[in-house]
Amino acid sequence: MAYSEKVIDHYQNPKNVGTLDKSKQNVGTGLVGAPECGDVMRLQIEVDETTGLIKDAKFKTFGCGSAIASSSLATEWLKGKTVDQALTIDNMDIVEELNLPPVKIHCSVLAEDAIKAAINDYRVKNGLEELVLDEKKH
Amino acid sequence: MSLKLPIYLDNNATTPCDPRVLEEMLPYFAEKFGNAASRNHPFGWVAEEAVDYAREQVAKLVNATPKEIIFTSGATEADNLALKGVFEMYSSKGNHIITCTTEHKAVLDTCKHIEKMGGEIAYLPVKADGLIDLGELEKAITSKTILIAIMYGNNEIGVIQPIREISAIAKKHGILFFTDATQAAGKIPVDVEADGIDLMAFSAHKMYGPKGVGALYVRRKSPRVKVTAQMDGGGHERGMRSGTMNVPGIVGFGKACEICMNEMEAEATRLSTMRDRLEKGLLQMEEAYVNGNTDHRLPHVANISFKYVEGEGLMMGFNKNIALSSGSACTSASLEPSYVLKALGLGDDLAHSSLRFGLGRFTTDEQIDYTIKAITETVLKLREMSPLWEMYKEGIDLNSIEWAHH
Ligand SMILES: Cc1ncc(COP(=O)(O)O)c(C=O)c1O
Ligand code: FES
Repeated sequence: MAYSEKVIDHYQNPKNVGTLDKSKQNVGTGLVGAPECGDVMRLQIEVDETTGLIKDAKFKTFGCGSAIASSSLATEWLKGKTVDQALTIDNMDIVEELNLPPVKIHCSVLAEDAIKAAINDYRVKNGLEELVLDEKKH
Repeated sequence: MSLKLPIYLDNNATTPCDPRVLEEMLPYFAEKFGNAASRNHPFGWVAEEAVDYAREQVAKLVNATPKEIIFTSGATEADNLALKGVFEMYSSKGNHIITCTTEHKAVLDTCKHIEKMGGEIAYLPVKADGLIDLGELEKAITSKTILIAIMYGNNEIGVIQPIREISAIAKKHGILFFTDATQAAGKIPVDVEADGIDLMAFSAHKMYGPKGVGALYVRRKSPRVKVTAQMDGGGHERGMRSGTMNVPGIVGFGKACEICMNEMEAEATRLSTMRDRLEKGLLQMEEAYVNGNTDHRLPHVANISFKYVEGEGLMMGFNKNIALSSGSACTSASLEPSYVLKALGLGDDLAHSSLRFGLGRFTTDEQIDYTIKAITETVLKLREMSPLWEMYKEGIDLNSIEWAHH
């Protein structure tokens, strides 16, 4: 399968690979997927407590090139957004931006799930109620 | 010498045609174009003579007689003909066939078809090293068993089954023995007499011949084996496989067999030395594992799992420059990881992390050096990006985590 230029670029020069201190109050961590499915994504956000903006985002992904690219792109989009704005990131935006073919849509769904899981972790840590998320089809 | 890219290490999928094979074939397209079945003019005679000669070359490679070779369009067709042909021909004796879970799809899907036609199939599991258990084989035999179908060498892991022991069991119980030798023939000594094989499928394009031609060996003596034709028509190949002969293909197949026969010993030694070096180089990395038995293995094959990185993501790191395959789900349309690796009891995670290397006649030492380096770099880079690797390094048991399965 041929990958789009953008997928290749994110794969070769992934943005924001790394780990944030998940014990910190202002860090939210989302871990989604499963090793048996061949894809696991961990996405973290760090929220600036005074401005409410996401000041840092990091990921680590076990998966195909599209999964790596989706999570790399997601971290880029997260930075500078408020937590509520971050919730609006839709997997189809990722599909469009990266030109993912239909068989790779689930990689983008995983990225969206990871964002929401990270946000929920952050919310729970900060005394906010957990959001009930509608399950997307994988 | 500068290295030419991309490097081809997917010789289990197909091999390039040897230039010596191609040269032999060329006259049979335009100049000597006759139909081998045209009995009454020189064009036909020339073609028939060429087919007869190739049939001898092919027979010789596996120690058969020329009359025991039925040319087909490849191993898939030969597998179909053997299984369905025996099932139909011997229906009065029984309807039970024993095979194993790591067979090629050409065998497994044909067996599925036979089940729909009223056949009963026993799918033997394999041990963790990919070999079948001979005790299990014998236990699976019933009074209705007409055929044992176990492959010679596996296409994904290269494991060689205990062919002589299997044929001895078959003989003891008066059951026919069929083997798919597509990956083994031409690579290691395959001898239908010494190995006790009754039917055998093989294919030209896995041994430096052209695509679209293969053969089914059908034993003529002790016992005399017959198969019901699956392709009806002009009665070619003694009625067992109708259809105008693919003369250039068959000529190429013959030449390919002759070359393999002459060069097998040296080639196997050369390739296993390179394969072992490749393997040793890659196993320098921690958490890298060879899949399948390494004592009973084709000389040119290696299947390795690099734990905590995913196969497709891994291949993306070098697939512009190195051609090989992965057992990962994401590379296949099915999104299921390799059923062969799963049959060995590998967890899906390890199956997803595997690469299959198939060395060949034109593989060089420089290519192996390049491959070791490129794959090592990519694995290390992706592990830095892998949450599973991080957890492993922190001593977290991945099985203790509740994963969200989809
Ligand atoms: C073990 C085995 N059997 C059968 C086949 C099918 O061979 P062919 O391509 O000649 O139909 C292959 C090739 O993929 C194979 O490896
Ligand atoms: S992670 Fe499986 S296809 Fe992308």
